[in-house]
Amino acid sequence: MKEAEKQKLIDSQGLRVDGRKWAELRPIKIEVGLLTHADGSAYIEQGGNKIIAAVYGPKAAHPKHLELPDRATLRCRYHMAPFSVDERKSPAPSRREIEISKVLREALEPVVFSEYYPRTMIDIFIEVLQSDGGSRCAGLTAASVALADAGIPMKDLVAACAVGKVEGQLVVDICDVEDKEGEADMPVAVIPALGKFSLLQMDGLFTEDEFSKALEVAQDACGKIYEIQKQALKSKYLSERGVAEQSENEGKETTSDVETNEEG
Amino acid sequence: MSVTSQTSFLAKIRSKQVIDSLHSGKRLDGRDLLSYRELKIEKDVINKAEGSASVDLGDTKVLVGVKVAVGPPYADTPNKGVLTVNSEFVPLAYEHFEPGPPGENSIELARVVDRSIRESQAVDLEKLAIVPNETVYVIFVDIYILNHGGNLVGAAELAAVTALLNTKIPKYVASKDGKVEKTEEYISLPMRDCPIITTIAKVNNTILVDPDLEEEQIADAWIAMTLTADGKLCAIQKSGVGAFIPEEITQILKISKEKSAALRESFFK
Amino acid sequence: MSLMFEKRQLVTPGEKLAEGEYIAGENTYKEGNGIYSQMLGLAGVERDRVFVIPLAGCYVPMVEDLVIGKVIDMNMGWFVDINTTSDAVLTVSDMTGKPFGPKLESLSKILAIGDTVIAAVAAYDRTRNPLITVQGSGLGKVSRGILIDVSSAKVPRLIGRKGSMIGMLKQESGCSIIVGRNGRVLIDGRDPKMVDLVIKAVKMIEEQAHTTGLTDKIKTFIETQKDVMKDERSGKTEAN
Repeated sequence: MKEAEKQKLIDSQGLRVDGRKWAELRPIKIEVGLLTHADGSAYIEQGGNKIIAAVYGPKAAHPKHLELPDRATLRCRYHMAPFSVDERKSPAPSRREIEISKVLREALEPVVFSEYYPRTMIDIFIEVLQSDGGSRCAGLTAASVALADAGIPMKDLVAACAVGKVEGQLVVDICDVEDKEGEADMPVAVIPALGKFSLLQMDGLFTEDEFSKALEVAQDACGKIYEIQKQALKSKYLSERGVAEQSENEGKETTSDVETNEEG
Repeated sequence: MSVTSQTSFLAKIRSKQVIDSLHSGKRLDGRDLLSYRELKIEKDVINKAEGSASVDLGDTKVLVGVKVAVGPPYADTPNKGVLTVNSEFVPLAYEHFEPGPPGENSIELARVVDRSIRESQAVDLEKLAIVPNETVYVIFVDIYILNHGGNLVGAAELAAVTALLNTKIPKYVASKDGKVEKTEEYISLPMRDCPIITTIAKVNNTILVDPDLEEEQIADAWIAMTLTADGKLCAIQKSGVGAFIPEEITQILKISKEKSAALRESFFK
Repeated sequence: MSLMFEKRQLVTPGEKLAEGEYIAGENTYKEGNGIYSQMLGLAGVERDRVFVIPLAGCYVPMVEDLVIGKVIDMNMGWFVDINTTSDAVLTVSDMTGKPFGPKLESLSKILAIGDTVIAAVAAYDRTRNPLITVQGSGLGKVSRGILIDVSSAKVPRLIGRKGSMIGMLKQESGCSIIVGRNGRVLIDGRDPKMVDLVIKAVKMIEEQAHTTGLTDKIKTFIETQKDVMKDERSGKTEAN
């Protein structure tokens, strides 16, 4: 980060560094089932984020002492590749990655019906191949799709998004620059069917009103991301390519084409 | 890898006892839902440390020591002092704390306390450069958990802020040849704010403040909210395997504002 | 009381399927007044029971399921991998039909690590290893055939309603095809080309299990391929 010129994060038209309006999501692409060994997998591109999530399980718990008598043990690993950021990051897990692995696991636990698989383990791997702000949220969005791809029963998918504040203005789906130089950063994850937040963190400065508004817009943004997740899962079965995309026009909803049902 | 918690939980009969009590608006120790346990804060308990404080919150015992050194600044903030926060879940504090490098709960606690102090700019790091680009004050905040009675993060943060507010550092000056000289004078750490964490847990859909160990073990989840002296939010951390509806979050914010202001009034004026 | 999907509609976890006095069937759950899907799958309803046919998921044994397993360990009996979260146990007395006696010759002579068995699930609850039995006709050690893996979620489609799909495959190919409910399929036949054809057909069924009109599609595919193979054979004879 150079101290030289602090670039303006919101221009005179109210547009952000990448030309977005304050409530606009970055382009999102989700591909389902791309890995052959994992029981479920998903790849997400969101802005410059490139993240793969993979799920193995339910399977026998190894080491055995990690098994629980009445439910499945979830293991979650959020990890950034050394080349994913500007300055090479050591492959050893950092304190940040350890904390994020914990909050992501805790964001998924409430939706997984883990009591269906006692004494087993479900492994969730999230690898950030390229990072561009909001990577824990994009990773969580992908992990949730990977769990569904693996056929693990869940109450719902979990959709995540980071809201921020730059130059006093609330912004949705912060990118790298906004994350580093903004005044607040609030990653959030929502369980849409239940209307509940399973991930909520914040650092920066928010007044009470700013926080309330941020929570509202975050929930809204997660709702849009949820639609993309569903589309991605369905399109694996409705077309040859299991890819769902959302263009720059945020809010445009494409209906999924359900095959007409003839008696077969 | 973050792994689902393995520690044994309360027997169902005890959980039921806790929950039944909550339904009648009281907790097992007699508190009402929004009350803190008995809180004792003592400062300057470790002479060898530049700053220190101990907090007893119910059964929870936390000791914080602040050590100050001088050294190079971070490359991206050459004119600011350095602050690092570490936490030890000392094995003697709880039968399930294992010796070794910090686990995820310890790391999370340290990082939440760090964010609370850093984002509120409680320590005025800009006043801690001695020779810009070369030598700055380096502040180590070490959190030592001595007994686990629940709400470790709340107790730890109170101890950390108290310790910092009472930290005395030797004054260093820059000599003409760019080196630093330690003087005989001692100065207080330049502090600009007094952030306070309120920890609020949800147990069986009941919202309660300052959970004790048993309440934490059966809680769906909890949220730690840090508020600055002028009522702004500077850090939030949801923990645990449950989830919150927006109305609960709003309620938690309201309670946090009240509680942190009250604590600040009692202990930090 | 209302249904919120069309028959065989593709649904995702958390999608609301019904409201009111319905029963939450397989792979659905009830929350408040609504029934929601737990899985990515095809939604259906039978009388008042709403369910979802999953498109993926691990094999959960049910008593009486036919399974094909690989022996992976021995210890006063055999541990058999049946493609589920814990290995199945096959006792010596079950395998030999006699009580286990200390003078019995080496267990590996009866069944060795690496062997394949066809068995039935005798007992299973989610907290213990499944118990399998080879007491029954057609069960026991397997010595010939090709073993392939398919997603266990697709096995019902591979068998078809009242065995229609598997019956068609067997008839068209002339091969012996044993489908384990645990996602393992044993194929045996005199003509290796027919065996290959069956393998291809099974893979196609797995990929397209969610579509309609599949039995006819596969039958047509096999018939076409058989014609191609016939032409190749007569072509070869001519060239000689």
